[in-house]
Amino acid sequence: MALKGETSSGGARDGTSDSSSAARRNSKKPKYSRFTQQELPACKPILTPAWVITTFISIGIIFIPIGLASLFASERVVEIVDRYDEDCVPLNYTYNKLAYIQSSETNKTCTKRLIVSKQMKSPVYIYYQLDNFYQNHRRYVKSRSDKQLRSKASEDVTSTCKPEAVTENNSPIVPCGLIAWSLFNDTYGFSVKNKVIEVSKKNIAWKSDQESKFGSDVYPKNFQSGGLIGGAKLNASIPLSEQEDLIVWMRTAALPTFRKLYGKIETDLEANDEVTVVIQNNYNTYSFGGKKRLVLSTTSWIGGKNDFLGVAYLTVGGLCLFLAISFILLYVIKPRPLGDPSYLSWNRGHTSSTF
Amino acid sequence: MLITMKRYIYINDDEISHDLYCDNRISNRKYTLLNFLPKNLWEQFSRFMNQYFLLIACLQLWPLITPVNPASTWGPLIFIFAVSATKEAWDDYNRYLSDRKANEKEVWVVRQGIRKHVQAQDIHVGNIVWIRENDEVPCDLVLLGSSDPQGVCYIETAALDGETDLKTRVIPSACMGIEYELLHKIKGVIECHSPDKDIRRFDANLRLFPPFLDNDLCPLTITNTILQSCYLRNTEWACGVAVYTGNETKLGMSRGIPEPKLTAVDATIDKLTGAIFIFQIVVVIVLGIAGNVWKDTEARKQWYVHYPMEGPWFELLIIPLRFELLCSIMIPISIKVSLDLVKSLYAKFIDWDNKMIDQETCTPSHATNTAISEDLGQVEYILTDKTGTLTENKMIFRRCCINGVFYGNESGDALKDAELIDAVSSGSADVVRFLTVMAICNTVIPVKSKSGDILYKAQSQDEDALVHAAVQLHMVFVNRNANILEIKFNASTIQYEVLETLEFTSDRKRMSVVVKNCQNGRILLLSKGADEAILPYACAGQQTRAFLEAVEQYTQLGLRTLCLAWRELKEDEYREWSLLLKEASSTLVDREWRIAEVCQRLEHDLEILGVTAIEDRLQDGVPETIETLRKAGINFWMLTGDKQNTAIQIALSCNFISPEPKGQLLSIDGRTEDEVHRSLERVLLTMRITMSEPKDLAFVVDGWALEIALKYYRKAFTELAILSRTAICCRVTPSQKAQLVELLKSCDYRTLAIGDGGNDVRMIQQADIGVGISGREGLQAARAADYSIGKFRFLKRLILVHGRYSYNRTAFLAQYSFYKSLLICFIQIFFSFISGVSGTSLFNSVSLMAYNVFYTSIPVLVSVLDKDLGEETVMQHPQILFYCQAGRLLNPSTFAGWFGRSLFHALVVFVISINAYAYEKSEMEEVSMVALSGCIWLQVFVVTLETNSFTTLQHIAIWGNLVAFYLINWIFSAVPSSGMYTIMFRLCRQPSYWTTVFLIVAAGMGPILALKYFRYTYRPSKINTLQQAERMGGPILSIGSIEPQPRSLEKDVSPLSITLPKNRNPVFEPLLSDSPNTRRSFGSGTPFDFFQSPSRLSLSYARNCKDN
Repeated sequence: MALKGETSSGGARDGTSDSSSAARRNSKKPKYSRFTQQELPACKPILTPAWVITTFISIGIIFIPIGLASLFASERVVEIVDRYDEDCVPLNYTYNKLAYIQSSETNKTCTKRLIVSKQMKSPVYIYYQLDNFYQNHRRYVKSRSDKQLRSKASEDVTSTCKPEAVTENNSPIVPCGLIAWSLFNDTYGFSVKNKVIEVSKKNIAWKSDQESKFGSDVYPKNFQSGGLIGGAKLNASIPLSEQEDLIVWMRTAALPTFRKLYGKIETDLEANDEVTVVIQNNYNTYSFGGKKRLVLSTTSWIGGKNDFLGVAYLTVGGLCLFLAISFILLYVIKPRPLGDPSYLSWNRGHTSSTF
Repeated sequence: MLITMKRYIYINDDEISHDLYCDNRISNRKYTLLNFLPKNLWEQFSRFMNQYFLLIACLQLWPLITPVNPASTWGPLIFIFAVSATKEAWDDYNRYLSDRKANEKEVWVVRQGIRKHVQAQDIHVGNIVWIRENDEVPCDLVLLGSSDPQGVCYIETAALDGETDLKTRVIPSACMGIEYELLHKIKGVIECHSPDKDIRRFDANLRLFPPFLDNDLCPLTITNTILQSCYLRNTEWACGVAVYTGNETKLGMSRGIPEPKLTAVDATIDKLTGAIFIFQIVVVIVLGIAGNVWKDTEARKQWYVHYPMEGPWFELLIIPLRFELLCSIMIPISIKVSLDLVKSLYAKFIDWDNKMIDQETCTPSHATNTAISEDLGQVEYILTDKTGTLTENKMIFRRCCINGVFYGNESGDALKDAELIDAVSSGSADVVRFLTVMAICNTVIPVKSKSGDILYKAQSQDEDALVHAAVQLHMVFVNRNANILEIKFNASTIQYEVLETLEFTSDRKRMSVVVKNCQNGRILLLSKGADEAILPYACAGQQTRAFLEAVEQYTQLGLRTLCLAWRELKEDEYREWSLLLKEASSTLVDREWRIAEVCQRLEHDLEILGVTAIEDRLQDGVPETIETLRKAGINFWMLTGDKQNTAIQIALSCNFISPEPKGQLLSIDGRTEDEVHRSLERVLLTMRITMSEPKDLAFVVDGWALEIALKYYRKAFTELAILSRTAICCRVTPSQKAQLVELLKSCDYRTLAIGDGGNDVRMIQQADIGVGISGREGLQAARAADYSIGKFRFLKRLILVHGRYSYNRTAFLAQYSFYKSLLICFIQIFFSFISGVSGTSLFNSVSLMAYNVFYTSIPVLVSVLDKDLGEETVMQHPQILFYCQAGRLLNPSTFAGWFGRSLFHALVVFVISINAYAYEKSEMEEVSMVALSGCIWLQVFVVTLETNSFTTLQHIAIWGNLVAFYLINWIFSAVPSSGMYTIMFRLCRQPSYWTTVFLIVAAGMGPILALKYFRYTYRPSKINTLQQAERMGGPILSIGSIEPQPRSLEKDVSPLSITLPKNRNPVFEPLLSDSPNTRRSFGSGTPFDFFQSPSRLSLSYARNCKDN
């Protein structure tokens, strides 16, 4: 404030101060530009009936075929789902499944027969499905150490892995954490007509995980050596990047019901084939009432068998068409000219608002 | 004042005062280098929102409970803090630079009897400071000497009060005649008050020590001082003693940080934030309990989760705290920053607006307060000053009545009236005396320019007009040399010596000068002032009826009148009286009042010379502006210091009130409590009765009655204020203006005060929005105001265009910010139901942070360019402002709509993503990115749907943002160490990803589009209807464009002869006989007849109109 007058002090001698200050003001005059004047050219679409109805019709027209295509694709996927957690418990343990699964003496082998309803072209994917298993539980999902998995050098980075971080004598567990500790350990053997079918366990994990998330120089160490055994053990001579079951398992699922890839069958399965599955039923889901399923499935462009997208597309498409038709009817029955000034009555709100 | 509040200043004493008072270092800085960080942080953390976010951020440092990386909160928090800290630091640095410039300026100061060049900051109280012509005054000085032999110097006070005229300052009488060389050695003591900020008052006494004159106390007033930041003009040098220095100067004391104003929109946003906060707490408690229950029942069985049997003591708190952190994003951290950003852009748009530049002076409009543009759109009451605001404050001498003879009645311009010109040339005594008073009874300073013309520097526009008129009538005020005035009449030069100037105050309402004719030695008292301040003091024999009639006649034409009078004084009468004056002016207590009393003793038995009538023209476009804003539902009050009649005439001519039969003017008057009470009751009764009729009611009240009404009948007056759309308050003081603003504010009305002069400053500061007109009365009002504009008519654009757009844009921005935060938060909450209520975050840290900072903030920021309606449409249908005034676009119910939308969208995104990505595809990172993509796509379409006008910038921001989302995620997906390595590439290759995203968009937007379309077409708001009409190019514009038409007063007011308040009839008689179609010519007969009807008409009236 004190210095404001300074600019004009020079020429202020005999009445010229007016002109100098006018010049100063002049320089303050804003320059014209469309942005500063808020006059940028703009398109101002409004919701005309034609526009809205066209949108809804076109959504309907596009969505219904897509919905049909996905439903069709989903239908073409052949899927065999077999729940085995109940059946694989011997009758005498029916009421004490927990004891059965926790005991090391009981026979865990179990044989199931699956009928192939339709021809399944190779590759046939083998999944195991767990229900009511919260891989997304906060305590669980955080209990891992990506650094440790990636390189041998950071073997000691186990702070996030509690409570499965270190052994009793403080040496780090590799791979540490609850996720690795609870690795799924049921195994399946397949045969058709007494002929063993090869199950390929290669390339079931993501390539990117094998290459950059799990180190090729990191070997399991102190794994499942503590008092409490969680799930599967790992072969200490194979590096983590080759332990594909572990890598698949460590990709935690977002939902409590999930499927994980177990392996692939590289031969076709013909219709009405009887597939004999020998299951090693080791994994404990009985304590929390989780279900275990074996899934054999082919695949399509939308993935596995999932009708949701197809149904949803058909529903949305149908609704859009319905809306479009209702709007057309409404337009025909009760036409209302847009921008009719007779709807402008300025008197309504004011009286109420000011008192 | 109390004795303790005095200070004694020993002139030229190098020792004593040094420690007592501060030096002249000016410091406007808020911070120093050392305390910047703590002080700034402290200030920022005194805001509740910031405390909240800090708490959240600190909780996130606890790894046990944090759902995501702490960086997701710390990052934005630090960013936001850094932004506002940088802004503060930058402002403070600039203040520091300007302080330093002022502090390090070299000035001449006397030290140990020798004049030295020192820096301005080293001046101490008591130092003698020398200033040269065109120098800035470094601190408040009491003059001791000047180059002028009469001890006069001239200063320009523009930086202090914005007045650009030159002001005269004189050295105290005690210092008169001290030799130039002796000024160094002067010693003495000044007794004055402690520093205050009143720049119009300085009551002090000076006593010089021997060997200088030591007779007695010499009184000092403000005319003996030159204040900091003034400039010395037309004077070679001046010297003075520093009395107030540094931050204790009058300028420094008046420099305060104004209270930050909070807009209604901000208040609503704060309330909504509070509501969301409560909602969040409820969610946290419910989920916390659910989580603990689930943990104890279910999670213990889930052996892989490995819950320990015994947890720590705070175990029960862990899950609720996790949810608190998870839900903390409900309150968008970025909202304050975004709002600040767009608000400063609104202000810039006002600064830049070419249509609000005053072409005459090239003054652009300016928004000083950048934070309250939304309030402009919600104004309900405008309180306006009259002179200089509605009128041009360009006074033109129009008519006069000299000794009963009217001049200028035929032509409307007395200067062209042949009779007057004849009278002047014939040297009629009456006329000559009249002209003499016109020419010299003032404080005008004539300045000779290089070309030889005489320029007049006048404080008062009236005086300026009179002096100029006198020049045209050959009475030229040539020179003011100290006390000697020189006037030239025809060919002869007459010199007068000014003995005293009895200044104008608003209480006295007159000013006088005592002059001595240098030729014949006669002493004359020349007075001019308001009729009621002059006419009662006419000498016994004189008939004043003719003058009263003249005043009456002129005020009815809306002219400002001044009565001129004179009296010859006897030598000893004057001498006696001047002693009284001297005594009065050396008192420290109630000096002003005592001087007034003394002046009163001289100003009597006046011989009335005549009446002058000065026209103050209406500014261009004032009637149209008032009409338009009135249609927009804004109520107008006129607060003026002027006479009732003048005010009513101006009000009529600028559409402020309507003439009969449409309008009715009710008057509240009375001198006593009872009278005021009765008339107030009567007016209230009339108001209540006529409320249902389509009538423009207005009341008029004068300052006296207002004082009583506000004091004793506040309740009744408040009711009246609520009932009446229009009011005229005349003869009101600045503090009454402020009181009225306060009254309306207390009724929860949003008020805008507009004025141009120093007397409006208090009202401007008091109101929700203060608008100053940078006019002729200086910049004082403009400086105190939140907005300064060049002309009254810009107010229309300021409110209807800038205010309205700002409100609309902020309403959208704020609600959208909540919508997007709630959306992502709801998804997190839904996800917690399928993750064992354990507080897992579906989204990763990077996404959460980027979601608020990048993905969603940029598209919405360009909504500052959105225009729902064209400017012309708004101007033609100002009624549309109602939506802003009533807060229709941002209130709990609109917010509920956005809340519902976010819930619905969250549901859509969540259900579709988890079902489409079920079973073998339910990989956490993938599901998370699918859901996030769904959110982003929905945002894009929500913004698109809510945008009314798309400029290129908006297209770039909206679609570019979508592209940027993928780019950013691809970059993150390419980093092996990031959690989402390869995820986005993988997803983009899957057809099911795209089908899922499109499904989300269609399912999310379909219902919203349908609903919006239905409302838009079948239940349109007025805005929608106008939009449709505008875009269809249909016949919307029934009202011709309102062009500002220059109006002459005479034309408009002549047929309006109103009964004068003389009759003291509280209810005015009809102003005009029944003639319904005399008013406003445009628009009648169109289908829009009712557009003209004022907006606050009753429904029945509206229906009648529709039937036409």
